[in-house]
Amino acid sequence: MTDLLELAQLRGTLDHCVKCTICETACPVSNVSPLFPGPKYAGPQSERYRVADEPSVDLSVDYCSGCGICSQVCPQGVKIAEINAQARDKLKRQKGWPLRDRIITRPTWLGRAGTPVAPLANLSLKLKPARILIEKTLGIHRDAAMPAFAGRRFSAWARQRSDGLKSVRKIVYFHGCGTEYYEPWEGEKLVAILEHNGFEVVVPKQDCCGLPLQSSGLFDDARKVLGTLARALDPYLTDDDTIIVGNATSCTLMLKREGREVLGLQDDPVLKRVSSHVYDICELLLELHDRGELKTDFQPIDEVVAYHAPCQQQGHWVGKPALDLLALIPGLQVREMNARCCGIAGTYGLKVEKYEIAQAVGRDLFDQVAASGASTVLCDSETCRWQLADATQRPAAHPIEYLYQAYGLGS
Amino acid sequence: MRSQLHFDAVVIGGGMAGLTAGTRLAQAGAKVAVLAKGYGSTHLSPSTIDVLGYTPERVRSPSESLGKLIAERPDHPYALVGVDAVSDSLSWFADCAAHGPLPSYEYVGGIDRNLAIPTAMGVLRPSAMVPSTMAGGEASALGTVAIVSVPSLREFHPALCAANLTAAGIESRALTLPMAVERADMNPVGMARRFEDPAWRGHFCAQLLAQLRTEEHVGLPAMLGLNDPAAVVADLERRLGRTVFEIPTLPPSVPGMRRYEILRSALRAAGGRLALGADVISHERSNGRVTSVSTHAAGRDLIYVADWFVLASGGFASGAIELDSHWVTHERVLGLPLRGVPEAGSPRFEREYLTEQPLAAAGVAVDAELRAEGTENVFVAGASLPGATPWREGSGEGIALASGYRAAAVIAGGLRTEEGVAS
Repeated sequence: MTDLLELAQLRGTLDHCVKCTICETACPVSNVSPLFPGPKYAGPQSERYRVADEPSVDLSVDYCSGCGICSQVCPQGVKIAEINAQARDKLKRQKGWPLRDRIITRPTWLGRAGTPVAPLANLSLKLKPARILIEKTLGIHRDAAMPAFAGRRFSAWARQRSDGLKSVRKIVYFHGCGTEYYEPWEGEKLVAILEHNGFEVVVPKQDCCGLPLQSSGLFDDARKVLGTLARALDPYLTDDDTIIVGNATSCTLMLKREGREVLGLQDDPVLKRVSSHVYDICELLLELHDRGELKTDFQPIDEVVAYHAPCQQQGHWVGKPALDLLALIPGLQVREMNARCCGIAGTYGLKVEKYEIAQAVGRDLFDQVAASGASTVLCDSETCRWQLADATQRPAAHPIEYLYQAYGLGS
Repeated sequence: MRSQLHFDAVVIGGGMAGLTAGTRLAQAGAKVAVLAKGYGSTHLSPSTIDVLGYTPERVRSPSESLGKLIAERPDHPYALVGVDAVSDSLSWFADCAAHGPLPSYEYVGGIDRNLAIPTAMGVLRPSAMVPSTMAGGEASALGTVAIVSVPSLREFHPALCAANLTAAGIESRALTLPMAVERADMNPVGMARRFEDPAWRGHFCAQLLAQLRTEEHVGLPAMLGLNDPAAVVADLERRLGRTVFEIPTLPPSVPGMRRYEILRSALRAAGGRLALGADVISHERSNGRVTSVSTHAAGRDLIYVADWFVLASGGFASGAIELDSHWVTHERVLGLPLRGVPEAGSPRFEREYLTEQPLAAAGVAVDAELRAEGTENVFVAGASLPGATPWREGSGEGIALASGYRAAAVIAGGLRTEEGVAS
């Protein structure tokens, strides 16, 4: 890409900032912590002073959680979060990365190491002395919610499956690391829902999307990981209408947009091709419903649930499809939460220096869930679900779990 | 890869006009999507509902003065929508607020008499309806007033506010409480969180009580909570034993965020969809009808096909109407023809900033039903309309509300006709 084009697409957008402060109303972090001055100051205002090869002007940008809400609400199209992510990369290059950031940003390594010894690994993550040790040595907060290894891998289930539906209508499934190592049942339910609707689900061999690396400012590694994933999915694009679907909404967003914009990979032809085929599962199911192609043989579920649209889901710029899907289930009462963010932002809320901020960010949401009378809280992102389950002491599930149940697929 | 979605009506713009049109259409049973590039003017404006404040004389009764305005200026948005749409839309909005997500937070007033409430500058603003948390500032009810703030709130100057109020005949003085907050500068949104905390309020009131005189009312910048402001104000009044009221601030606007939440939840409750970040980048036309618009969603463009469209994308301030470097004026979203653009050679701007600026009255050309010229199915609402100077008239919210309401009514009539034909 030419420098001029890049300037127009990302950094150049700062010239559209009219200082209206709308991003300040929406930033979850600056509204609870003095350590981050807010998207307007850290973004378009500081960016004017950031010059290549000169030191970072603003250390506070490390406290941006990367949720991306500022860019979503900006009425002038300033790419605030993306500008800040690049500034964070530069800052990290100068200051260096703690060992922790090189470990927790590699869900594949963690998953492969933890899966065979899952009971032991899960137990030790529950033991206070072990957590204190981890906090002292690595800087992962002792109280931060950590997911439990499932002890089995989704891809193993998918590979050994011989009774899957065979159909001319094929969908490629990008399951991501959360489903692979921690919640394989989410993937199994997604497959069941798609097969119920007549689709054959194809599961390519795949790996991480690189989002955790990008969030911690490890851009070079993130580029490699995302490029590898795009090349693993690319051969499955048989025609213009091929659909790649995922249930990890932040990872599908990484494939669709964030990686290309933030990591400067707009020119990667493979990633560009792949990204235009990617759907988030609720986005896809609602689109099928709009076309009259989604089965609606839903059985009633008499329950009150809370729904939180995570920040990264909002970054797809398609509204909140899960709400419209859940509305199709008779009897189900869905309480839409209007608090902004749960605080975790991937790995942000795990870090010892950011844990308290993340908890303060999430407080509004935790209180709303508690007040909603909901039995379960639904959310499209796995790291947010882990945070919500821990903080609200309620089960947290992906919205598709309720579709699965309403279809009667579990019985 | 192209994704297509089908709707009865698509509204472009998520400000006051767009959310009103979208909600009314959804309430009429239409399948609606509201596409918003980002948050609109809701988050910036004081969130009083100003219908008509100056003609240029100060307006006492909007309902009386509207008739005269309509007779004198047939191109004004109010002349197109009519007084009934103004009055009906205000009642409707008050109803949305009363049944909205914020307990006991209501809009009070109406079209028959302007209220006069203090602005951050200490000017008495003529507004038809104001949030109940501001109603205590109505000038006729005010005796002496303490205008109170905290030093970290940079954008609010109690001394300026109090001096101007005193000059306007309301005896006022400024009080700045040395309340410690953890950062040197706070905006009203950050302060709103503090005021939601009962312990903070207790500490604040203890300090304030020590300085208040017995008869003084208390005016505070509009930062008294986001989720339950009525309870915050009630608690402050109980602790202080006197009337407490909010004064609109510079942006960001806390009451504006509340107003957005009221309309957003009304839209959702009626089944309407809202997509944020959905910037409309192109559209398709066929025989005078816009058939679809495309938004730049993540990964690919999304095509929204609809029978009806409402353009509520704003005017020059939002960037939806622009004057380019060749001095040509455009409506940027759908490329619709404009009205009110000064002719070549005649002045576009006047030197005095806040005077009648000829170019600023430009807007999308519409017929008497708010239908955009040259189209059959595009209706226009809010600041996209020509003929008004809201900052002088004090009419922005009234026009947005009434035109959004009216455009939805015309489309709903069309939908009913279509249904009648189909059955």
